[in-house]
This record gives sequence, C-alpha cells and structure tokens, in this order.
Amino acid sequence: MTTVNTTRLGHETIGDAILAANARGETAIVGFMTAGFPTKEKFLEELVRIANTADVLEIGVPFTDPMADGMTIQRASHQALVGGVSLAWILESLRGLAARPKAPLLLMSYLNPLLAFGIDRLPAAARDAGVAGFIVPDLPYEESHEMRAALEAVGIGLVQMVTPVTPHERLAMLCREARGFIYAVTMTGTTGKQVAVPTEVTEYLQRVRQLSSIPVCAGFGIRSAEQVRLLAPVVQGVVVGSALVEVLERGEDPVPFILGLRG
Amino acid sequence: MQRLFEVGEASALLKREIAGEFPDQRGRFGPYGGRYVPETLMPALDRLEAGVHRWLGDPEFAAELDAQLADWVGRPTALSFAPALSAKWGAKVYLKREDLAHTGAHKINNAIGQALLAKRLGAKRIVAETGAGQHGVASAAACARLGLPCTVYMGAIDCERQAPNVGRMKLLGATVVPVTGGDQTLRAAIDEALRDWVSDPNGTYYLLGSAVGPHPYPLLVRQLQSVIGREARAQMIRQTGALPDAVFACVGGGSNSIGMFHPFIGDPGVQLIGLEAGGRGPALGDNSATLTMGRPGVLQGCYSMLLQDADGQIQETHSVSAGLDYPGVGPEHSLLMSTGRVQYDYITDDEALESLAECCSTEGIIPAIETGHAFAGARKWAEKNPGTTLVICLSGRGDKDMPTLQRTLLKGKL
Repeated sequence: MTTVNTTRLGHETIGDAILAANARGETAIVGFMTAGFPTKEKFLEELVRIANTADVLEIGVPFTDPMADGMTIQRASHQALVGGVSLAWILESLRGLAARPKAPLLLMSYLNPLLAFGIDRLPAAARDAGVAGFIVPDLPYEESHEMRAALEAVGIGLVQMVTPVTPHERLAMLCREARGFIYAVTMTGTTGKQVAVPTEVTEYLQRVRQLSSIPVCAGFGIRSAEQVRLLAPVVQGVVVGSALVEVLERGEDPVPFILGLRG
Repeated sequence: MQRLFEVGEASALLKREIAGEFPDQRGRFGPYGGRYVPETLMPALDRLEAGVHRWLGDPEFAAELDAQLADWVGRPTALSFAPALSAKWGAKVYLKREDLAHTGAHKINNAIGQALLAKRLGAKRIVAETGAGQHGVASAAACARLGLPCTVYMGAIDCERQAPNVGRMKLLGATVVPVTGGDQTLRAAIDEALRDWVSDPNGTYYLLGSAVGPHPYPLLVRQLQSVIGREARAQMIRQTGALPDAVFACVGGGSNSIGMFHPFIGDPGVQLIGLEAGGRGPALGDNSATLTMGRPGVLQGCYSMLLQDADGQIQETHSVSAGLDYPGVGPEHSLLMSTGRVQYDYITDDEALESLAECCSTEGIIPAIETGHAFAGARKWAEKNPGTTLVICLSGRGDKDMPTLQRTLLKGKL
C-alpha cells in the first residue's frame, strides 16, 4: 500500500491509491462506513482498521433524509444521528486521529449538512481533517460549481457519479469533470440491493472506462468476491457500502470481510 | 448559497416574477429552486422538463385537460359568498370552493394534469406520495380514469390519522404502501417515492403532489393549480365588479396557495396572505411553519426555506393537519416571501380547529383542517381591516378529517 505523497493534491491521492492496488494485481476496494455507527467509539476504532485494509475509505455523514440510500444505510444513519453525530464531530475526530490512516479519506454527504456547516468554512476544515474528496449524491453537476470551486481551491475533489441511464454526451461531460475516481453506479435504484453482473452492466462500465482518464469504481450492490471477480476486468475498483455496514451492524470483524472480497 | 436580499434586489426580483420569468433556465425562482437529485434522475427530469414545455402549451393537450376538468373534475368550482361569516367578521367573505372538486380537494387539478402528461410521455406506471391522503386519492382516481397502474406511498402515521383515504385509494385500484421509515409522514413518503422512481426512472412517472421538489415540478404543479386563481379572479370580477382586497390560502408544500396566488401576483391592490401550520407553538419541532420559522437549505430536490437544526438535519414537524405537516415549502413561496409580495403567518392547531367549527355551523360547509388555517388567518385580518372584501381558498373538504375531529372538536360530544 502506498503512503500519502504530500506533493500530490488531495484528490490525486485517491486515484494513486486505486492504481497502486491495480499494480499489485488487485481490484481496489473502496470501503464505506456510516460515521458514528454503530457507536462513536466503535466507529473510530474500526475506521483505522478498515482504512488499513481497504484502498480508499468513504465515510458517510448521516442525514435525516438519505434519498439515494436503501434500508441498511438509512438505519445506520438514523442510529448515528440518535448518537449525536454531526459533520463537525466527524471532522474534529478525523483531525484528532493519532495516526493518519493509510487509505485516502472521502466524505459522502447529502448537500444540506454541508450547506449548514458553510461552504466558506468547509474546505479548510475538511483539508485539516485529511479529507481528499467528497461525494454528494444530491448535488448534480449543474448545481455543483460553487462547491466544486471551493473544494478544489484546497485540493479536495468532488467525485462524480454516473449511472446506466446517463446519456452518452452527459457521460462524456461528467467523466471530463470528475476528480478522484468515477463512481459508476451499477444499477438504477438505491444502495444495498444484491445485483448480478449482466453483460449490459459490463458493457456500460467499459463505456465509462473508455471516456475516463481517472480510475472507474463500480458501486451499489457489491457484496461478494464473485461480483468483484466478474467486475475486475472492466473497473479499477469497487465500492462496498451496505454490505460492510451490515458486517459492522452484526458486530462482526470487517477486516476478514474486506480481505475475502479480494478473493 | 444563502443570500440576503439587498435594497433594490427584492423589487427587481419581484418585477421578474410578475413578468413570468421564473423559473428561469436553471429552474430557479431567484435564488430558490434548482434540481438537487441523484444522477440517476437527471435524464428523467430532463425528459419531464421537455415534456412540460412540449405539452402544456399544446392546444390538443389543453383541450383534453380542459375536458377532463369540466366533465370529470367538475370545474369551474363555485365562488360562494359567505353571508354569515361576512356578518360576523365585518367583511365581505367569498369562498373559492375547491372542496367541490372531484375527490374533495384541489389536488385533483394537478393529478389529472400530470396523469395526462405521463401518458403522453409513455409512462408504464405512476408513483405518488401522500400526506393527508388527498393527493393519493386524486392520483388513484386520475390513474383509474386513464388506465394507469398507481402506487401510493403514505407515512404510517398518516395512514392511521387519515384512514378513510387509505380505503378510498384502495377502492380506486391503487396500491398503498405504508412508510415506516423516517418521520412516517409526508416527508418519509416523498423519500420513499423518490427511491421507487430512482429504481425505474425510464418506465415510472413520479406524480408529485405539491409545488415542491426538483425543477420542473414547482413549475408544473403551479401551472396546473393556477386554474384556481384564474377562475376566482374572473368570478370575483363577475360577481362583485372588482378584485378582492385580500386573498388567503393555507401553505404546507404550497400547491393550493401558489395556484390561488399566482394569477393575482400582478394585481398590486390585492394582498396575498399564506397561512402555515403553527401547531402547538413556536418551539422547533412543534409546528410546520417553514416560511415564518425556517432558513434556506436543500431538501428533496430543491433549495428553499426549511425547518432544520444547526447541523442541517431536517426537523420533525407537527401539525394537527397532515396536509401541512411538512418541513419544506415550494421555492416560489420562498421568493414571494423574500420579495414581500406575499405575507406569511402561522395559525395554531387550536385556532385552525376553532375556525373550522365556525365555518361548519355558519356556512354549512365542513372544510379540511388545512383550510381551517386559512379561515383563521382571514378572520384575524378582517378584524384589523373592517369592510374589506376577502377571498379564502377553501382548498378541500373535511370528511377525511373525521377521525381527528372526533378526537378534538367532537371529544365528549358524541
């Protein structure tokens, strides 16, 4: 695993980490955790272990109305909010980590908690917390210019999602503007459902890959080593979200689960 | 993104609003509105926007919609002079009778219009959300009329407090899905309807019931509901020879109110007053008074006023009326408030129920509890402005509220 190269911009370290995994002959694993789930303490403990196992770590900022998420992440978000988790707590906790996690960190947040924190304050606070990128599922490209510019000014990238229903021209435009990696949603729908990997999906992922100059990671519904093996020829990485949250929910050890996905 | 209007900016925005320039190319009403949705929905919203521009101005579509409104919905609805309320309040009170529209509320104006549009756009099925159940019933009816399968998401709490409407939707052939996640009311129902739509953005049409959500919904719903204000304006001129001094409507998401207000926006002599749900009182969580107590943010696709905490988490809301129990509001209302063109105030649960009772016994009409808020606001205004002429948008009838009314107004009286 590579260590963070301080001469690289934050968002470039994301692609570096994915390509480093590929150089080892592995499909990169982007692990997802809901911040503060199952408890604040347990989250911080597991964060370090997951960040030392996965190649990139995506941390979900809990929100009351997670409209792109399925039941698992809705449940985890709700529990985290009940536990008093806020964006301010997350950024403070990340800044206070005793050792920098190996994997680059991304924050996944719906827009409103970011607006409430303040677009003026967010970039510096996120940079100081070691955040390399943001994924904002309810911020489409057309609405993103202010946020994008503010984050890029401090080297933080906005990861762009693309989907199987994204028309070709839009796909090309989104691939040009994306930072970190392209988050290629494998299906229409919310996070967490088990999906097969039919030929349409691999064809679509190949299209995305041809258009993108940065790594492509497939996400939504990735749960098994079998899926990772089928996706490996067409993507550089996979995002494992709900399945990993469920491992934590059951109180199981996430490290063997992630290692198991590598087959 | 939050902008405070400077001197001069508000009047410039109002001029553009009156000139019909909003929503603009980006789906904005001044700073409000926009399109904040997952990428999966962007192509579907682009298609919907193209469909709105293609069909809403199309003479054949308009003729078909007008025929449905006349022959099936029962439009135009009456404008009733209210003699007893007028005498009590010391003002001339007129009621725009959306309670007489098919299915008992203004919701049908939007539902039949969008269902016709969905057919034009080739939709295979319809999903809708509902709070009070009125939009769910209207959607179920419109879908039955046009032969479209319909699934309605409804918060589990609302299913209980608006039980009669659940039965009506089922009789009309819709599948009703109680939503047990989130706040179990309208907000959770919208989240769930959006999740359904995200799963099948090509074949499914989302029939959104209020003037909220991502562009072009606030535009589409306003256009379909403006029939209320257009009729009321013409009826007032015909019946009294003049425009009213003030127009009142209740505001939850804001569809009956934007429909009522919009045709009057360019009439400077007509005061427009929106009444929100003040619930149990002004504390956070005790009401749904978004415009009077919220601050701007993004929820369910648009940037508008919002009831939220300091961290941007959406607040639980309360109102005795399910139809107003929502922490957001349509973006055009946020603009109309910011520019000062519409005044917004809030009415408590008790005041709304009291005004509902007053209308029942004096005018022989049982309004919805939502509408009770508009009556209470009008009564307060009449006290300060004696001798004036008022129009109240009687947005729906109260039959659906019988379970709540039995627990409140009728408690101990049966």
